[in-house]
Amino acid sequence: MKLKALIPLALFGLLALLLARGLQLNPREIPSPLIDKPAPTFELAALHEGKPALKRADLQGRVTLLNVWASWCTPCQQEHPLLVDFAKRQPGVQLIGLNYKDQREAASAWLRRLGDPYHAIGFDERGQIGIEFGVYGVPETFIIDRQGRIRFKHVGPLTAELMRERIEPLLTQL
Amino acid sequence: MIPELGHFALWFALGLAALLAVLPPLGAHRRRADWMALAAPLNKGLGLTVLLSYLCLTWAFVQFDFSVAYVARHSNSELPLAYRIAAVWGGHEGSLLLWALLLVGWMGALQRKAGNLPPALLARVLGVMGALSFGFLLFMLTTSNPFERLLPMPEEGADLNPLLQDPGMVLHPPMLYMGYVGFAVAFAFAIAALLAPEDDLQRWLRWARPWTAAAWASLTVGIALGSWWAYYELGWGGWWFWDPVENASFMPWLAGTALLHSMAVTEKRGAFRSWTLLLAILAFSLSLLGTFLVRSGVLSSVHAFATDPKRGLFILGFLVVVVGGSLGLFAARAARMGLGARFGLLSRETTLMGNNVMLLAACGAVLLGTLYPLALDALTGQKISVGPPYFDSVFVPLMAPVIVLMGVGPLLRWKQDEGPQLVRRLRGAALLAALVAGTFGWAVGGGQLSAAAWFGLALAGWVLACCAADLVERLWPRQGQGLIARWQALPRSVLSMQLAHAGVGVFIVGVTLVNSLQVERDVALAPGQGVEVAGFEFQLERLQRIEGPNYGGVQGLVRVSRGGEQVTELRPEKRVYRSSEMPMTEAAIDAGLLRDLYVSLGEPLAGSNAWIVRVYVKPFIDWIWMGCLLMACGGLLAWRDKRYRVAVAQSSAAKALAAPAAQALPGGAQGRAAP
Repeated sequence: MKLKALIPLALFGLLALLLARGLQLNPREIPSPLIDKPAPTFELAALHEGKPALKRADLQGRVTLLNVWASWCTPCQQEHPLLVDFAKRQPGVQLIGLNYKDQREAASAWLRRLGDPYHAIGFDERGQIGIEFGVYGVPETFIIDRQGRIRFKHVGPLTAELMRERIEPLLTQL
Repeated sequence: MIPELGHFALWFALGLAALLAVLPPLGAHRRRADWMALAAPLNKGLGLTVLLSYLCLTWAFVQFDFSVAYVARHSNSELPLAYRIAAVWGGHEGSLLLWALLLVGWMGALQRKAGNLPPALLARVLGVMGALSFGFLLFMLTTSNPFERLLPMPEEGADLNPLLQDPGMVLHPPMLYMGYVGFAVAFAFAIAALLAPEDDLQRWLRWARPWTAAAWASLTVGIALGSWWAYYELGWGGWWFWDPVENASFMPWLAGTALLHSMAVTEKRGAFRSWTLLLAILAFSLSLLGTFLVRSGVLSSVHAFATDPKRGLFILGFLVVVVGGSLGLFAARAARMGLGARFGLLSRETTLMGNNVMLLAACGAVLLGTLYPLALDALTGQKISVGPPYFDSVFVPLMAPVIVLMGVGPLLRWKQDEGPQLVRRLRGAALLAALVAGTFGWAVGGGQLSAAAWFGLALAGWVLACCAADLVERLWPRQGQGLIARWQALPRSVLSMQLAHAGVGVFIVGVTLVNSLQVERDVALAPGQGVEVAGFEFQLERLQRIEGPNYGGVQGLVRVSRGGEQVTELRPEKRVYRSSEMPMTEAAIDAGLLRDLYVSLGEPLAGSNAWIVRVYVKPFIDWIWMGCLLMACGGLLAWRDKRYRVAVAQSSAAKALAAPAAQALPGGAQGRAAP
């Protein structure tokens, strides 16, 4: 037996270990330490120049659905029609976008193409506010109640089922 | 009763697969002809029981049997018949059943064509494939039973995912699986060869090659269909997204491409023996890995199937047994295979070697990008998403040298070529490439093509010119033979290779020009308004409500004209499927050789009767899929190559003399005619 011939086997062993570890992780479910805590304080420039900055105070007094997205993210494109549809059906809920590690032009073009359901969009160019919110990746969606506390967090794209069965019932309660 | 029959047939098939995996290979090992002879009836029985089970599930769909949980989840009383039949593979459990059906289908075909294959080899090959089907059937029966009953029976099913209710999507999975599973044939031959290294490697290769070509062609078509579907169904005009699941199908394709070429060298020249074996193992392993990535839910992706940790664990175990076992066998036995014939630096072998290494490197880069988020998550808990920027910047530079060598390879001779002659051949091709790419680029783009686009066109021109140069030299009348006689003497294998290579050239033209010249406009249009894009006037005439069998929606009528003359009428739709309330965009496309006109409806603007309409003009985009089709045709031609059958008959009669088998081949596929 030659040592060289063992290389593929060794590489595969490493890969198998990695995959076994990956199985124990769930890409969708990440407990957020922020649940039922007040949303962090922040102030962000608006994505569209000329609009007022987005502040923590904007979250007070209304139920808010905060959606973290970026134009370079494929799953965001997948969930986007649901948000557009949601904004039409539930105008009472404040839908806020957090544009994460993106470029202004690309993000605006993306919204022109797919529709802009957001009442306001914060532009988090370097992802700093994302860190405050404990954002792991995009897309993520938070529900924040009238008192400004985070009540729900979802990692990964929204689905019609999730909207119908978890998010909308929770929103009507708040 | 019918679903229970299907369930029972699956268990029966499991037993037959276990017997097939054990008895005939054991017979081959102990030289017991009676045990080896069991392979044929066991294989037949396995095929029939899996087919019966598949038909039972189809029947449950056709009959709206919502008491079967899988049927209730993936169909609905409004779903048209064609989609009910296709819904069998619309979810996890059923697509596994399709996987199993295709696997036993390949085994049946293999047995039918076996003819004069040595019984010991056939017993081992069918045994390996029997073991694979055992694993898949066990997976299905223990974690993903498609026949599970649902009590009490629901009134109505949940419906097939609307994204899948489309002709392109109906054909995409079977073609893709056909390719994945087809690589199992080469894999089984490789394992059989490793189990019995005294057997003649070149002989099994000549057997496995057409099957590999067929599998590769199916995979090519499958990937192309998926990309075409994404283009017209997702409504934003892209055709490839480097999504983990796309990558999962692309990696076996890259490895399979390397395998096809390596097989050619081993068969004709006896070189690259261990390489070929390793690639055969790798191509199928990557197919399995792809299945794991899609089914286990370790990666989140657009395609995400239902995830269940038990399933992931099972596939991982299966993966470890199959891939780990075969790589272990490879490590133990490969050294005995020998190095094979030597070759000079300036030879066709060198270019093929270079290309195989580069293809594998590209495959590794895709694997790295696909798994990096997972690795980072496992090691640090960070979650990220690796996007197109990584793949574009890594993949393109790796493939460019492959494309250059791809043109040179066929112009080189096997074993050793001479520099001056090569330079003479390449000079002609280079001149032709420059001329064609230059004229073409100027004609379609004028002065506005970017440097990257010129580079792409130059590569495409080079590939096509090399194909042309090779064909001209092979067909040029000489020594009293006219053009027609030369054409008739042209080996099919050369034709299939040139067809596939030309396909790559056409593909590059499409990718380059659509990236460089496409015009995309998103505009708000009310009925009666229009917009001009790239010289075409798009006029939104009206919007009207439509009702389909299981959806409602809005259809726009867009009249396209150029210089006052009508070009076409397009009818983009926005559908909402009643059962799932899922909005779907149906783009309207006027496809053409030189450009596609693409219109899709975005969203209605609040407070007016206007809609956001996406209007795209995409030059040459159809060349992408035409290129893929040409490649697949090349693969199919190689599969139908009669030479293999003749050659096998001859060589088994001649009982593999010491002389390299390639010299026994008619038609001089060996290399170029002596000048």
